[in-house]
Amino acid sequence: MSFDPMDRLMSLCVPSLNLRMHRSLIDSLEIQSCYLLSEHSCLASGFGSIHFVLLVSRQGKVRLTKWYSPYTQKERSKVIRELSGVILNRGPKLCNFVEWRGYKVVYKRYASLYFCMCIDAEDNELEVLEIIHHYVEILDRYFGSVCELDLIFNFHKAYYILDELLIAGEIQESSKKTVARIISAQDEMVEAAKEEAGSISYIIAQAS
Amino acid sequence: MNPFSSSTRLRDMIRSIRACKTAAEERGVVRKECADIRASINENDPHDRHRNLAKLMFIHMLGYPTHFGQMECLKLIASPGFPEKRIGYLGLMLLLDERQEVLMLVTNSLKQDLNHTNQYVVGLALCALGNICSAEMARDLAPEVERLIQFRDPNIRKKAALCSTRIVRKVPDLAENFINAASSLLKEKHHGVLITGVQLCYELCTINDEALEFFRKKCTEGLIKTLRDITNSAYQPEYDVAGITDPFLHIRLLKVLRVLGHGDANASDLMTDILAQVATKTESNKNAGNAILYECVETIMAIEDTSSLRVLAINILGRFLSNRDNNIRYVALNMLMKAIAFDDQAVQRHRVTILECVKDPDASIRKRALELVSLLVNENNVKQLTKELIDYLEISDEDFKEDLSAKICSIVEKFSPEKIWYIDQMLKVLSEAGKFVKDDVWHALIVVISNASELHGYTVRALYKAVLTYSEQETLVRVAIWCIGEYGDLLVNNVGMLGIEDPITVTECDAVDVVEDAITRHNSDMTTKAMALVALLKLSSRFPSISERIKDVILKQKGSLLLEMQQRAIEFNSIVERHKNIRSSLVERMPVLDEATFNVRRAGSLPASVSTMAKPSVSIPNGVSAAPLVDLLDLGSDDILAAPSSSSGADFLQDLLSVDLGSSSAQSGATPAPKAGTDLLLDILSIGTPSPAQNSTSAIDLLSTADMNNNSSTALDALSSSAPPHIATTASAGGMFDLLDGLSPSPSKEATNGPAYPPIVAYESSSLKIEFTFSKPSGNPQTTNVEATFINLSPDTFTDFVFQAAVPKFLQLHLDPASSNTLPASGGKVTQNLRVTNSQHGKKSLVMRMRIGYKVNGKDVLEEGQINNFPRGL
Repeated sequence: MSFDPMDRLMSLCVPSLNLRMHRSLIDSLEIQSCYLLSEHSCLASGFGSIHFVLLVSRQGKVRLTKWYSPYTQKERSKVIRELSGVILNRGPKLCNFVEWRGYKVVYKRYASLYFCMCIDAEDNELEVLEIIHHYVEILDRYFGSVCELDLIFNFHKAYYILDELLIAGEIQESSKKTVARIISAQDEMVEAAKEEAGSISYIIAQAS
Repeated sequence: MNPFSSSTRLRDMIRSIRACKTAAEERGVVRKECADIRASINENDPHDRHRNLAKLMFIHMLGYPTHFGQMECLKLIASPGFPEKRIGYLGLMLLLDERQEVLMLVTNSLKQDLNHTNQYVVGLALCALGNICSAEMARDLAPEVERLIQFRDPNIRKKAALCSTRIVRKVPDLAENFINAASSLLKEKHHGVLITGVQLCYELCTINDEALEFFRKKCTEGLIKTLRDITNSAYQPEYDVAGITDPFLHIRLLKVLRVLGHGDANASDLMTDILAQVATKTESNKNAGNAILYECVETIMAIEDTSSLRVLAINILGRFLSNRDNNIRYVALNMLMKAIAFDDQAVQRHRVTILECVKDPDASIRKRALELVSLLVNENNVKQLTKELIDYLEISDEDFKEDLSAKICSIVEKFSPEKIWYIDQMLKVLSEAGKFVKDDVWHALIVVISNASELHGYTVRALYKAVLTYSEQETLVRVAIWCIGEYGDLLVNNVGMLGIEDPITVTECDAVDVVEDAITRHNSDMTTKAMALVALLKLSSRFPSISERIKDVILKQKGSLLLEMQQRAIEFNSIVERHKNIRSSLVERMPVLDEATFNVRRAGSLPASVSTMAKPSVSIPNGVSAAPLVDLLDLGSDDILAAPSSSSGADFLQDLLSVDLGSSSAQSGATPAPKAGTDLLLDILSIGTPSPAQNSTSAIDLLSTADMNNNSSTALDALSSSAPPHIATTASAGGMFDLLDGLSPSPSKEATNGPAYPPIVAYESSSLKIEFTFSKPSGNPQTTNVEATFINLSPDTFTDFVFQAAVPKFLQLHLDPASSNTLPASGGKVTQNLRVTNSQHGKKSLVMRMRIGYKVNGKDVLEEGQINNFPRGL
């Protein structure tokens, strides 16, 4: 089964994926997650929060990375390489957790995109699945049936939304509505500034 | 924005990158874009800054270097407009991390923005600070953040709260400052503020004991009430997830109750009711509900004993375990590992289900289940569990066999009720997964077999049968050929039959076939081949009637590409052919290997450079028991004095064929040989890669030189400083030498009279002195044998002494184990042999850097130094 970046992330229909019909909204999405655990870790000491967030496409392209624990650039690309290798190769019906370098990576697949979050071994994996889904729902509302292409061309928007959802690797808002409201307020400020700049340069152009 | 800008728009750049067909093409596009961005940065045009940074972020995500854009982030952050700041902070978080110096430059801008009149600008600054602040920044900006926790807008309050969690993580000393602010957040109604407030409170409790006491006293009841309200609240569409109001808040509240209840019976008591309610009332058919149950079970298990709650918790885990969702089962396995600690019986009830999970197609689940099973094993169920696991081993995935077999072996070793059962199970594991089994496991098996004298016949027959079927399992083959070599006669004659056995007919030829098969198979490795060769030698004495055939097999190894094999083949051939009279005593059965010593050594599993070895020259009644596995094939017998041959334990093959001279000397009518003879012969017949430094060369020199007396003492001195200086020349020693006389290469005098190098003091500190003495093996000017003597100058004993050395690339260094890892006080000595090969011999002299670690009165001491004063020409 191939996925196109145009596929809507939230729209994976149940029958086409051969999933059981009685599953709920969350369960009807094709989900896989991973826990990753390790012996020698370059990761920062854990505080029970999310260490990083990673969005990888089916082809292994990185669509978003957010690091809450300090990693050097070298470590970052190593982590991405290792993880996408592990996660993309997992079969469709396996659990959504991968143990990796002493940590767990919880992942969930939405259409062509894998959303991955790395947490400590003793953290609540099921909650992280909820956080991922929470994020996807907010993206879906913001873009209106979000697909991978939206996140490619508007990657900065995806980051802005994530920043309203997580700080320091902890969740800051459980209301999708509130996040949407804050984001649109900021977008309006940007638009207003643009118009102002536009009108000023128009006036200048007129004057000269 | 700027119509005159020469650069492409962000959207166009993304499009052209996406249009690239190959990685090279993509690199080309990125390179061009980067060049444009650099040029634009140099022009310092504020118009394009915004767009450049956006492009850089995209390029960064593709994995290209973007460090040149870091300063642009700072400029954007410092500019007055919101759009610039927004993208600037995003770039800051993406392109930089807290360890970069550049980050310090942003502290001032952050401080200004935290005091900005626009609350969204304040929000941006808080977010950036919360995501990447370093300890220094945390200290500098903590007062601002603390103030913002009381800000009028809830959006800022919640960000400030999470920012504070990062600050107290980075600088735990600051925790006290946030206690009051955090407690004020707990009364909030706004969910975002409440969630973050509870999180901050949790953070403070785990970091600071005072905070824990404070919150326990003042806030426990309030938090319980909040949890009760949220659990019982009516449907709230804004916070609803699958019918549950705000699972995120639920989970955070349960988490903070966990730290408050842990270790405090009163607080635990207060929360019993609400925990019971959550545990029983939460819907468990959705992930959100299960996430809450998970957290609730964790809290129940962590707080002070409330046994009725624990029953609830265990029941929830039982339900999880039988869930069809893999995620839930994974979580259940994980949690049951913790539950074992307080209710082993309850977990045992789920044993069957857990065993099923070991066979799951999902690797994550299998791994968890296997860990859990190994915790469940006890004396009563070991047989049943092992049987299940071994049955599964036959059909499991190849890549899981390694983990699985390692676990089975450790279970079997730990809980084995009797030897025959242990041997049976190990044979099964080796048959199924022999190629995955670690060395120490099959070494241990050999030690056990050696100790079970009544089972020798049974074992060798079972191994013979197994190896016929599973000849591709390397370690099985090794154990089998060792046993056939030792107990071949029991195999052929069906000696020591047990009631459970079916008699089998094995001819002498059949037994030799197995060994021959192992030595000729192309994928057998060096260890296996060496062991097979030794087994053949042994069989030549056990089966005199077919010794001609055995000789032929041995002779074929003369053509081996491995030098050691070649050499031994020639030597063994000579033994078989020309020394029939002493052969049988030469290859007598191994004495029983000492389990206790082996276990100690195995537990220590010392690194190769450290060792517990070489007893002083005082003869030990039974050399074998002092160094059991090492001298695996040592032929010493109890009535003869024999010191352990050089016994490092690093590689037992080293002394695979050490022969106790005593037996042969007795035969030739001489007095028992002094132990020196043992060492000599050990060298002569030793097989294996990491043999002692001078091993083969010096031994050969010895054989070929007329003056036996001198030579043997030279070689021995080099081998071990602890060897006695007076080496008796006994008839027996002589006898053994001419055993192999015809085989030695042309005599070489150098061993005794080679150029002499003065000893040096390599290192000296107030507590330790290191001296090096040098010798060169003949015929190899590149190699230098160094004997290092470590002398303790202090009045305290050094323990756990480890000497490490490093050399530049043109040198090769081989460290033999030290004679001991303890240096007695005031003048105590330890020696260690080093072999240095200088590939630039004659051009460069030796140089070495070293590090010495040891313990004095329980304290670790580390000394380092460089050795430059090696004599020239080494």
